[in-house]
Amino acid sequence: MSVGTSPAFKDNARAALGDAQLQRALSSVAPGLAARRSTARAALPEFEALRDVGRDIKDHTLAYLDLYLEAFANKARAAGSHVHFAATAEDAREIIRAICRDAGARVVTKGKSMVSEEIGLNACLEADGLEVVETDLGEYLIQIRGETPSHIIAPAIHLTQDQVEADFRRLHTDLPKDRVLIEPTQLVSEAREILRGKFLAADVGITGANFLIAETGTSVIVTNEGNGDLTQSLPKVHIALASIEKLVPTLEDVSTLIRLLARSATGQEISTYTTFSTGPRRPGDPDGPEACHIVILDNGRSELLGTALQEVLRCIRCGACMNHCPVYTAIGGHAYGWVYPGPIGAVLTPALIGMRSAGHLPNASTFCGRCEQVCPMKIPLPGLMRHWREEEFSAGDTPVLYRLGLKAWAALAKRPRLYHPLARLGIAVLAGLGRRRGAFRRLPLAEGWTRHRDLPAPQSRTFQALWADYKAGVPR
Amino acid sequence: MPAAAKGRVRVGLFVTCLVDLFRPSVGFAAVKLLSDAGCDVDVPPRQTCCGQPAYNSGDKETARDIARLTIAAFEAHDYVVVPSGSCAGMLKAHYPTLLADDPQWAPRAAAFAAKVFELISFLVDVRGVSEVGAEYQGRATYHDSCSGLRELGIQEQPRRLLGSVKGLELVEMTDADVCCGFGGTFAIKYPDISNAIVARKTEQVAATEPDILLAGDLGCLMNMAGKLSRQGSKIAVRHVAEVLAGEMRDPAIGARP
Repeated sequence: MSVGTSPAFKDNARAALGDAQLQRALSSVAPGLAARRSTARAALPEFEALRDVGRDIKDHTLAYLDLYLEAFANKARAAGSHVHFAATAEDAREIIRAICRDAGARVVTKGKSMVSEEIGLNACLEADGLEVVETDLGEYLIQIRGETPSHIIAPAIHLTQDQVEADFRRLHTDLPKDRVLIEPTQLVSEAREILRGKFLAADVGITGANFLIAETGTSVIVTNEGNGDLTQSLPKVHIALASIEKLVPTLEDVSTLIRLLARSATGQEISTYTTFSTGPRRPGDPDGPEACHIVILDNGRSELLGTALQEVLRCIRCGACMNHCPVYTAIGGHAYGWVYPGPIGAVLTPALIGMRSAGHLPNASTFCGRCEQVCPMKIPLPGLMRHWREEEFSAGDTPVLYRLGLKAWAALAKRPRLYHPLARLGIAVLAGLGRRRGAFRRLPLAEGWTRHRDLPAPQSRTFQALWADYKAGVPR
Repeated sequence: MPAAAKGRVRVGLFVTCLVDLFRPSVGFAAVKLLSDAGCDVDVPPRQTCCGQPAYNSGDKETARDIARLTIAAFEAHDYVVVPSGSCAGMLKAHYPTLLADDPQWAPRAAAFAAKVFELISFLVDVRGVSEVGAEYQGRATYHDSCSGLRELGIQEQPRRLLGSVKGLELVEMTDADVCCGFGGTFAIKYPDISNAIVARKTEQVAATEPDILLAGDLGCLMNMAGKLSRQGSKIAVRHVAEVLAGEMRDPAIGARP
């Protein structure tokens, strides 16, 4: 599996911070989503209690995941769907390629699916000569730009309206040139004119799934544009691609989780469209696909079951952790270098592509705890990032200089009798050097600090030294 | 005074490494506030750092060693008080987790955690302090440090005590509860990202046009003071305890003497 550019996280971040256009795009959208979540949460008194219920539903499902997967497969097959289990990304791609091949497909429409990004589906289908069309507006935008999503629910959050307008005018040459493209609704209408034809021409429609319901064999998608419904109901063949942790036992459980999902994601009470699909078109149905396939991907997730990292599988992909993350909102999603950015990506990515490649991600957190505070599934994201740091440290993969510094510091911190005399000495020197200005503009070995900010100088002596004098009756 | 009514208690001050090394005036401010609240304050010499640099770098063994050292140093005290939400959070929330599998130390860690408090919340929530006698003429804004806010629920207590400071006008900044970008070793491991976050913070601080910026954690304060100083700002930066205790004779953090 490709590791993307995660190993170059630091360079990615630096480039992102210097990208004025990106910074403009980031400055409003994510904080706006955070504010809307806050309003929605305030309007629902039982919101916090619902988070506990949601967590419990997911914990229960994960504890019996094998049974629920089996139950789901049985129900879905009984409803006429084909259920495929894919152990790896490659397995999933091969299954989907074969379905497209058997359907004689030429055009494939797609609803938004992060799992399809995870398995690199578009490139593989295009290599087979298929025309693949993303139908979610954000996904469509990044597809025409040859980019990847930078946010799991707002894939084009890194773009400004100017960029979108310019791309449309460049590519939609057969549409009127004098049309106004400022408001989101105008941009949607513009994309719709192109996409309508694609929906009608598509042979296969591929969507993700927000939930798979075990008791009914149903896949559920939530969207705001309705594109997912057209993607899954117009073509002859519908493929729903979902990872194993999307399983939920009952319809009742889904209704609970849906109350959390949209509020956490966009601050809506519920998304504009919430669609439940069970099997292909039945005799008498006015529409729907002739064949319905559900591809369930593992790709390393089952190895997390029963480990400290199992909790990350509770995620319902709302993106709230990103919108509230000081790191994500500073650098955007592409800097993380792989499919899932932000705090959830910092925990999930090392599990999927390995700590050697994704090591920066769980390290690049201030542990401010806002992600855990807003997570509707109460995933202890900072704690799980720390877990990865522990794995890295145990494996001896912490960067050498950092490790040595930590060792030297630890040798002192564990020995107060050694620590305090040395601290006195060091602080006396540092305080002497900094006395005139009160802060250092530069200091050897502190370049990481002083590159962007001054280092306040110590006041004079250590507190322990002053306290000893004070207790001995020396006036301060 | 409600504190006196509760009787005197023996408080061990966990100084924190940053206060010990960089800003002893915060330690003395804490001692004054605690004494005024009816506490006999003791500073055990066998303390160094709370261990977060090791814990957050994945070095659990070192963090455990430091936890045991710290717990042992405070076993004779009724309370352990810490002038930092982050270090208090480490002692209170994380030591028990760290030592949970150690049959000898798990109960000691739990007993220890139960008596650990961050300074300002200890004054308000445990000692019933509702006002201080200090005076400060000027406009202040307060930054909520993350660990204190989210691990210990410190938000209203410092504001309540600041409200009792004569002459002090408290102005809320936008996103006071958003991280300043310090994050311990994060600030040094990812300096560019840390800078972007603190620059946004100082922008919010400056927008309230305060005379002074206050917070309860020296790490965050040094980060924000360092950035303001680099930006040439005139805004003073101090630990909230310094203002509450009237411990103002030293220059503000990072300020020229």
